[in-house]
Amino acid sequence: MGKMNMRKAYGEALLELGRGSKNIVALEADLGKSTMSNMFGGEFPERYFQMGIAEANMISAAAGLALTGRTAFASTFAVFASGRPYDQIRSSVAIPRLNVKICGSSAGLSDFGDGKTHQSVDDIALMRVLPNMKVFSPADYYETKKIVKAMAELDGPCYIRVNRNDVPNVTEEDEPFDWEKVRVMREGSDAVVFATGYMVFQALEAAKALEAEGISVRVVNIRTIKPLDAAGVQAAAKGMKGAVTVEEASVIGGMGAAVCETLAEGPAESRIRVLRMGISDCFGTSAQAYDELLEAYHLTPADIVTRVKEAIA
Amino acid sequence: MSYTEKEILELKKTAAVLRGNLIEMIPAGKVGHLGGSSSIMDITAALYFKHMRVSSDPKDPRRDRCVFSKGHAVLAQYAAFAELGYVSREDLKKVKTLDGTLQGHPDMDHTPGIEAVTGSLGQGLSVSLGMALGLRLDGSESRVFCVIGDGEMDEGQIWEAAMASAAYKADNLVAIVDLNGVQATDAVANVLPNDKIREKWEAFGWNAIEIDGHDMAQILEALDAAKACRGKPTAIIAHTVKGKGFPFAEGKAAYHNAAMTEDEYRQAVAIVEKMREEA
Repeated sequence: MGKMNMRKAYGEALLELGRGSKNIVALEADLGKSTMSNMFGGEFPERYFQMGIAEANMISAAAGLALTGRTAFASTFAVFASGRPYDQIRSSVAIPRLNVKICGSSAGLSDFGDGKTHQSVDDIALMRVLPNMKVFSPADYYETKKIVKAMAELDGPCYIRVNRNDVPNVTEEDEPFDWEKVRVMREGSDAVVFATGYMVFQALEAAKALEAEGISVRVVNIRTIKPLDAAGVQAAAKGMKGAVTVEEASVIGGMGAAVCETLAEGPAESRIRVLRMGISDCFGTSAQAYDELLEAYHLTPADIVTRVKEAIA
Repeated sequence: MSYTEKEILELKKTAAVLRGNLIEMIPAGKVGHLGGSSSIMDITAALYFKHMRVSSDPKDPRRDRCVFSKGHAVLAQYAAFAELGYVSREDLKKVKTLDGTLQGHPDMDHTPGIEAVTGSLGQGLSVSLGMALGLRLDGSESRVFCVIGDGEMDEGQIWEAAMASAAYKADNLVAIVDLNGVQATDAVANVLPNDKIREKWEAFGWNAIEIDGHDMAQILEALDAAKACRGKPTAIIAHTVKGKGFPFAEGKAAYHNAAMTEDEYRQAVAIVEKMREEA
């Protein structure tokens, strides 16, 4: 399995896309070493635009580049890639459905040391509510690579959030990938856990622990939060006693909210009890280690175990 | 390049025709951005009917691009598009209606000739910079003109874009500042004083030219000077009058976005008629 880094996957995928097409350009806001877009910049300096610490200008300039027929990747930390230039994304990019692909790096709590100003709790909700925007949240290195490449092929605005830290791979490099579909990671018959990002790994760990206690859990990886695979989500919930959603983002307006909306509007047999796990209407905080922070925010496998039991009680 | 008296007169006549199209869009009782559209109208005429590379095909890849970052003045562009054949006279009458094609602010999906979505102020110069960089990558000779308002310079993003445009030596980019001195609610000086405009653009690394934005000869010469300038973008600081041409509206914030009375509309029609005859 091994731990690998999603940021590295982003940098590598961007570089490969750049080698494949002169149409790919990239923009940065002085965090290229961290987002790893500098890999692209090193090989294609003429197509790499360092915009300084000016995210609003970066996003609107990406729109201008897209208006000359290019596919423009703009990356920075998730907080500065979503909320800070929100109106630029809305007006310059989403309304005209331009080929601007935004990478929110160091998403969720993954930038554990930097604290609340640098940890994105609201990026999923912000990007989800924008018309014309697609929202991706890969579970590991391999999925990040596949999604970045899919984003380049897709017409229109896309947002991807990636984790800062090395995380275990939960998918296979050579497995088929369909961005429109949820991926059932593990079958089960008592409860379903819908997870996204690194939380897919945490959910799989929880499912193993629950299996030892005789509780059978299906784990579903929501790597495309918008448009959500409604049929896939409803099918996964069908016949279950309860469901849990888990994400490293605010429970308000996030992946879990999207799952609840979808199940509520679905057929009767999918309308099951859902408990949402995530960041509970609060900001982040600094910690010495990622795991320590996830523990403080109740996003560990043990926490998921507890919630699954509550959901099916 | 110097221009003959005949060329200048023809362009003045075009500007009069465009002002006529402007009031046709906002007859008495219909709210519209009269003030900021008429302050930029002479420059609009010079851009679309003399200086820019314009084609009968609004998507011609060789065209020059014009982005109104002060998107509320889009009526000036619509007035020009009617003469270029991009929109019909019927379209003009239906501006800002559900079944019309002309939106309240620039929308490239609805209107041929509109290059970007603008109107949320401060963003157009950044979009224009992106276009200029893209065109340069293409090896294109096309240039990008971005009209910004003086009130709009309150937006910090304008200065982010100014800094980046100079850093990238975007000499295929021209910013035109419509310095009409009045913003939505009051005089710029009363809302948030902003002086030494030319010096500011120069300090940001731009070639800056100050002109009377209603003097056709000065407008054309400034545009030519911008074209000749290499290695840096040019800002044309155009001193204008908000509501120019319509005395009841000139210099008044109240006409930023307002409806004319029946009497004012009759005056406006008479004024435009006289302008056409004199030019």
